[in-house]
Amino acid sequence: MIEIKDIVKDYVNGEETTHVLKNISFSIKKGEFVAIMGPSGSGKSTLMHIIGALDVPTSGTYTLDGNDVSSLDPDELARIRKQKIGFVFQAFHLLPRATVLRNVELPLIYSGVDREERTKRAKEALIAAGLDESRHEHLSNQLSGGQMQRVAIARALVNDPSIILADEPTGNLDSKTGDLVLDTFQSLHAQGRIVVLITHEPYVAGHAERILTVKDGLLVEDKINAERITHIAQYENS
Amino acid sequence: MKTADLFEEIYLGISSNKARSGLTMLGIVIGIASVIAMLSIGQGAKAQIESNIQSIGSNLLMVSPGMQRGFGSTVSAGRGSAQTLTLEDATALQGADGVGAVAPDTSKRFQVTAKGTNTNTQVIGTTPQYLTVRSLAMDSGSFFTESQVTSRSKVAVIGPTVRDDLFGEGSNPIGQQIRINGMNFNVIGMTVAKGGSGFSNQDDMIYIPISAMSTYLNGGDSVSTISVQAADQASMTLAQDSVTAILMERHHISNAALADFSVMNQSDIVSAASSVTNTFTLLLASIAGISLLVGGIGIMNMMLTNVTERTREIGLRQAIGAEKGEIVGQFLGEAIMLTLIGGGIGIMLGYGISLGLSKFMSLTTQVAWSSVGMAFGVSAAIGLIFGYYPARRASRLNPIEALRFE
Repeated sequence: MIEIKDIVKDYVNGEETTHVLKNISFSIKKGEFVAIMGPSGSGKSTLMHIIGALDVPTSGTYTLDGNDVSSLDPDELARIRKQKIGFVFQAFHLLPRATVLRNVELPLIYSGVDREERTKRAKEALIAAGLDESRHEHLSNQLSGGQMQRVAIARALVNDPSIILADEPTGNLDSKTGDLVLDTFQSLHAQGRIVVLITHEPYVAGHAERILTVKDGLLVEDKINAERITHIAQYENS
Repeated sequence: MKTADLFEEIYLGISSNKARSGLTMLGIVIGIASVIAMLSIGQGAKAQIESNIQSIGSNLLMVSPGMQRGFGSTVSAGRGSAQTLTLEDATALQGADGVGAVAPDTSKRFQVTAKGTNTNTQVIGTTPQYLTVRSLAMDSGSFFTESQVTSRSKVAVIGPTVRDDLFGEGSNPIGQQIRINGMNFNVIGMTVAKGGSGFSNQDDMIYIPISAMSTYLNGGDSVSTISVQAADQASMTLAQDSVTAILMERHHISNAALADFSVMNQSDIVSAASSVTNTFTLLLASIAGISLLVGGIGIMNMMLTNVTERTREIGLRQAIGAEKGEIVGQFLGEAIMLTLIGGGIGIMLGYGISLGLSKFMSLTTQVAWSSVGMAFGVSAAIGLIFGYYPARRASRLNPIEALRFE
């Protein structure tokens, strides 16, 4: 459950203040598949950083699963990210000289999970992300782009987070593998997770069930993507 | 994060760039090895000098003429320059409290010849007790006796080096004649080689009766040193006190500060010599310490490069929930691990160098446990000091900027 209320984000650079987000409010319920769309410079990346607890707003409140995240210190934010958020990046960000399995285990290592339990959960996450066991011991830099993104998805999934936050996840992939990755998000969403997709491409955003459009730091559109809705009831009140 | 996992991450971090880690470690290896080797040379020299001093004799007190000052005068003629000790002083010390044996001596360098060969060596005039006091032993022949001292016999006991120089190695010098300052002396004995070296080579000496020395060679009855052997280790202080008291009374001196002689015991001599070797060791170690410092800067440089190169990885670790302490732990851990492994290899290499030096360069070396422990501590400290700044820098990266870093 995400509640964004009156979020403002300013960047101060010397004398100049840039207003990147100018009062944005919305909420996302459990199990929603939402795309945040907007051209570059619209403030969607900043919004993603705030939702992902990588940054805090200048003013306004952000409540995640009932916890106020808007005024935490860096270590508290790190703990929120560890427990509640799984990131998928455009550039994958895998550790190149580590095995696929190790990459997926990394969030569990920081959570202090035992080795056996860790390996078991990492393997389950990899299979859920569509990467079969034959590749688990490969080094991550030996994989294709699509496979790398599946590893990254498994890594985002492994801690069983409330939100999967994907930043242009298909940006470095060809359209066919991109579609496969988007299908993967679809099935993760079907398991009841919040999936938030940040993109500038209407085609990618079209895979989500709800599309938020950000422009010049303001939320300009919040629409339900009727084509994709499988269970309308969930969106009745939004 | 669990400790075992932290170690695994540290290991993976180091082993992922083996060439660079190895080269960085090399700086520490060389630094630690040179510290160990230099300290071993210093400590070896110290041990050797101490054993040389011990080999002069045991429980030994050396009485030497002090500086002479007139009553109320501040003009000093310099320590040892006065001719204030006499044979009678030595005789008076016999049988004093705590005193075992007493041997006065007077020495001077002379040109010594024998059948066309010649050498320049130290001639010592003394008494038979010298043998006991200085723990000398006879290799062949015998030392001169009290009666030979009384009768001013022109007999000589030579050291093995003198034998080698005058008669050739391995020859029998007993019964041969040598000329000291134009006087013929009969060689009646030769001392056992002590293998001393440097300024006090006891093998390069000629011993003659002190009476013969003063009558034929030196003139006068002043002595240059009186060697006193205490009865045992426990009576060193007693002997020192009674020797001082007797000599002060004989020389009519009531204020110990004005004494015209000085009494030194062996531990004074050892500590004087140690202070020299300690300075020497410190000098060697500080030169080696500089290379260790350079190695430490190498570590810092490598870790800074590492942090820059792995900025995106740090950003990713932060994004998936690594806290500041965990990032610091990883990078600091990598630096400390590198220096500890480097230190370990350096200790072994330094030990090898010191063995090599003593084997092939005939230098006495000694690797003390304290310097091994110190080397290990220093390498850990270097990792800590030079690794801290890069690690802190890594932990303070902004995750958003770190993830975007190209």
